[in-house]
Amino acid sequence: MPESIVVDHASKRFTMRYHRTIKEITVATMRRQRLSDSFLAVNDVSFKIEQGESVGLMGLNGSGKSTLLKLISGVMRPDSGKVYTRGRIAGLIATGAGFHPQLSGRDNVFLNAAILGMSEAETKRKLDQIIDFADIGRFLDTPVGYYSSGMFARLGFAVAVHADSDIFLVDEVLAVGDRPFKKKCMARMKEVRDAGQTMVYVSHAAASVRNMCDRVLVLEKGVLGFDGDADAAIKYLKYDDDDEEEVGSEDMDEGMDVDEGLGADI
Amino acid sequence: MTVVTTRDVNAPLVQPGYRAGLLDVFRRRYLLRLLVRKGIQQRYSGSFLGLLWSYVQPAVQFSVYFFVMGLILGMHKNVPNFPIHLFSGMVIVHYFTETFSQGTRSIVQNRQIVQKMSLPREMFPVSAMMVSAIHTFPQLLILWAGALITGWTPDPVGLLAGFLGIMIVAVFGTGLALIFSAGNVFFRDFQNIVSTFALFIRWTVPMIYPFSRLATSSLAGTWVYKVYLMNPISIAVLNVQRCFWSSTVKDVPNFNPDGFPSFPSHLILRGIIMLAVAVVFLGICQLVFSRFEGKLAERL
Repeated sequence: MPESIVVDHASKRFTMRYHRTIKEITVATMRRQRLSDSFLAVNDVSFKIEQGESVGLMGLNGSGKSTLLKLISGVMRPDSGKVYTRGRIAGLIATGAGFHPQLSGRDNVFLNAAILGMSEAETKRKLDQIIDFADIGRFLDTPVGYYSSGMFARLGFAVAVHADSDIFLVDEVLAVGDRPFKKKCMARMKEVRDAGQTMVYVSHAAASVRNMCDRVLVLEKGVLGFDGDADAAIKYLKYDDDDEEEVGSEDMDEGMDVDEGLGADI
Repeated sequence: MTVVTTRDVNAPLVQPGYRAGLLDVFRRRYLLRLLVRKGIQQRYSGSFLGLLWSYVQPAVQFSVYFFVMGLILGMHKNVPNFPIHLFSGMVIVHYFTETFSQGTRSIVQNRQIVQKMSLPREMFPVSAMMVSAIHTFPQLLILWAGALITGWTPDPVGLLAGFLGIMIVAVFGTGLALIFSAGNVFFRDFQNIVSTFALFIRWTVPMIYPFSRLATSSLAGTWVYKVYLMNPISIAVLNVQRCFWSSTVKDVPNFNPDGFPSFPSHLILRGIIMLAVAVVFLGICQLVFSRFEGKLAERL
């Protein structure tokens, strides 16, 4: 199998600026406070994913999962090290698509599809399927700024999943969806996986990761802490203790909807 | 586990994202077209008059200058066919300030997309330039109609001058929009710099007053005069006036369409050089933009 994603000693440093205006900077300098701090969101991470693999990406909040996905999708570039990918990339990063709030859902579908590399003809051909999958009814023609977070995620997922990408990234997107939609998404993601698309699946829900992925990467404060079998990864993370709910796309964790603070998503 | 189908991906293993800058923008014309259409819809979204605002502002400005400068300060007497002289300048300055200010805001305005999707970020300032061009085009038609009524006749030198004037602003404006759109992500001061700049740009070009005023003043030949003629917008305005205005006043006694003092010497040559300079400037802006592009998503 050829490699689909190669991450080679990639690091990404973020700078936090505490003060932005002249006044704040002057005051802070006089008080000898720090003007900025930096930290490594992704710290010397290396791995290879082969075409057709579906890999879970787990880790606590702030461990660098979304940053790593942004490096893979090309939204950000590593400060050092290299990232390589093969083919078209689609997916959702940090609960939601790159939609413009002032445009209608329909216009956003076209724009989003074009950014993912779909032609006008391809988008038109798939438009009905996308609308059907998102199932947001008459809201399709209202600006997405007025959407509920669930509707926003539905439309974003619908476009991404129809992009026929070679690499599919899913990041916490299902956290805001309702139960029927989650079911539909899980079913669809299995199709994606079985069609041989490479999938990187970020989730805190051990059950769905176990169900979806054979291999799991665990990030800890930007460092790749574990790379291997899904069950072992879940044990490694100690996510297995209170996870009685057993697996299956039908078997959704009830508490998850309210538990958005944990970023949980099945 | 289900049997996984093998999927053959012909694409090579590459670094994700875009690295060819403006070339990538023009390779993806369909996306550019969508962004331009979006920009037009959005500029006046939620306003009742909509696109008409593109004309209200210039019309009001034009009337103010027409009465204050033309009638009160007597420009109608000094400058033959003053309205066309004035409007030629206003159209091109309007195109420039719109490109510059909308371009500067373009990346911050599209932050939801920039943060989550991978696309050539140059798309946004370039589409802002094109949206401004589309807004300016009808004004150009009005200008041409006005010139036609007052005796405009086509001449090849004039048409070349018009083309040069518009291209200088398009290229130079895109370059500034590129740099400032990236700068605006780091410090929102940039958009204020631009609006401050827009306030005085119209006084630094010969539209409200004729170029001959400067050329015959005590400043002629001094460094002020030289700097004045190094301003790309001045050269653009003069070239557009050469296109629309000069043939309407060629019967005026003592008027020399290609020379001093209505226009500086070698106007067309200056236009060509300025366009070349603008292209080089755009190249430099692209290099600077590429340096900062990698940081845009995290700073928004």
